[in-house]
Amino acid sequence: MSTIEHSAATAAVALERPSKGMSVERAQGRIGVLFATPYALFLIAFGILPALYAIYLAFTKKGAFVGLDNFLKVFKDYRFWPAVEHVGIFIVVWLVLLVVLVVTLAILVHSIGLRWFSGTMRFVYYIPGALAGASSVMLWLFVLDPTVSPVSWLLQALGIESFVGAVDASRLPIVLAVIAFWTGAGGWIVIMYGALNNISKDVIEAARVDGAGPVRIAWSIQIPLMRKWIAYMVIMSFAGGTQLFVEPRVLAQASRGVVGQDYSLNQLAFLYAFKQNDFNGSAAISLVLLAVAVTLSIYFVFKGGLFERA
Amino acid sequence: MSAHDSAIVGTRSKDLTPAAWLGRAFGVLILIVFALFFVVPLLWLLIAPTKTDRQLLLEAPFALGDLGTLIGNWQSLMTFQGGLIWTWIGNSVFYCVAALVITLCISIPAGYALAMTEFRGRKLLLVVTLIVMLIPSTALVLPIFLELSAVRLIGNPLSAILPFSFYPFGVYLTYIYFSTAVSRDLLSAARLDGASEWQVFMKIAMPLSTPVIALVGFFSFTGNWNNYFLPYVTLPGRKAPIQVGLAELLSNVPAFNPTNAASTTITLSALALATLLAIAPVLLVFLFAQRFLVSGMTAGGTKE
Repeated sequence: MSTIEHSAATAAVALERPSKGMSVERAQGRIGVLFATPYALFLIAFGILPALYAIYLAFTKKGAFVGLDNFLKVFKDYRFWPAVEHVGIFIVVWLVLLVVLVVTLAILVHSIGLRWFSGTMRFVYYIPGALAGASSVMLWLFVLDPTVSPVSWLLQALGIESFVGAVDASRLPIVLAVIAFWTGAGGWIVIMYGALNNISKDVIEAARVDGAGPVRIAWSIQIPLMRKWIAYMVIMSFAGGTQLFVEPRVLAQASRGVVGQDYSLNQLAFLYAFKQNDFNGSAAISLVLLAVAVTLSIYFVFKGGLFERA
Repeated sequence: MSAHDSAIVGTRSKDLTPAAWLGRAFGVLILIVFALFFVVPLLWLLIAPTKTDRQLLLEAPFALGDLGTLIGNWQSLMTFQGGLIWTWIGNSVFYCVAALVITLCISIPAGYALAMTEFRGRKLLLVVTLIVMLIPSTALVLPIFLELSAVRLIGNPLSAILPFSFYPFGVYLTYIYFSTAVSRDLLSAARLDGASEWQVFMKIAMPLSTPVIALVGFFSFTGNWNNYFLPYVTLPGRKAPIQVGLAELLSNVPAFNPTNAASTTITLSALALATLLAIAPVLLVFLFAQRFLVSGMTAGGTKE
């Protein structure tokens, strides 16, 4: 799907726009509204209203406006900043893993001339994407438990003697990042591969004739031309990473409290709502997380350069 | 894959200098190491249910167990709280299929409307869709929970089905599909022939949209099947889907909870079997729809 084809399609669509009878246009407008309304209602009910309601809850207590009190309360909670730190370290480790490995693997897979081999590799990388949520963490419980792990030799080489040792605080961000990488990297590799296919072969060939090796070509041509997609991956993953919940939750359950119930921010927001019955505090934390996600999303929609059509 | 391609590869490898050849071999090695990283845990999961816990602990990780043990593990999993696992799986099927139907019924027309018609607020709806689509769905879970508990829907299947049915990415995919793959000329021609707007949609656009229906259906179903956080907060206990149930099972596994004196226990092998059952539907779709999916993913992502 090349840029040229796209612009051609856009141009064709644009040319054909005007010169329609008034009544046809009105009929179109009617059906457009009719078709878009159910979706718009869902968008309001499960996109906009929850956010507005969270704003209302976060700034009130028992229905009375309390300004920033709820926010100050959660910021002063002794569990809040450690959770920010946990999530922050996890995100850094994960993003570095993602960027370095996804880009490297995509370029390597793309450089393979044998199509069946490159196709098989992409497919194998992509399969773990079928597991997400609790099931991938469940599988990793086994992989991380040296007594049953298929790679216990590797765990032992890393000095991990028990499951509790594997999820020790010092290793946890790496463990979480590896699980997230295992589940999600394949999808990104496929997307990056698509981006690499969009780079004109002539450019690459010209560089090769000029004596550039594969590393030079990757560094000076391919990676700069993949920039938008790398940015997309980083921003999406950053937003997703702040939401960390299911992985530490399941690990907490399996590790006899070595991983805390309040390890991540979403877990803390969950505790506020479910253990402390403090919906206002819960809304305040959720709102902070939502604000981060919405900011990144808006920034990317308008500046990312991937959605110019809109 | 043509003879032409392999010919090019052939001449190239002959021309390679030893250093370049080594570089290429190293690249292939890295690819294979990562292939193992991605696939080994899954292979292990396929084998584990054929063994007893004792075999899991003592035997080589990839030694096969036997069929009798697999059946034994199956039975012990099925008898756990009177076949609770089937209740969970049934719940998952119910929530995901209901959400799938609603998603398709609202997303396909909406995507069509955004791409092929003009109406007031179209641009705004499109931009808001883009923004919401890029927000991780987990970011809205607690706000949705707070909202649903305000309207007393917690514990009602609708508390999963309705939020599952809101799928902006599906609308966006449909929008992209119609605006790039279906020509407006075709629709105008039908209008000139006297077709009403409804007929244009049903008779022209719908038959052309099978690929995007399949794609939206796939992403919606797998995403919802794997969703943990939302049903975990809105549908506890017997109403939970399998992903939440799986984590519940975990607390009955003595190996991970030695202090837990629960009367009914789950062995490690049975837990592995439960994990396999939980992922089976999605894994099968992945395996069979591979080629189609990979092209679909790039189509969904590729927006130049």
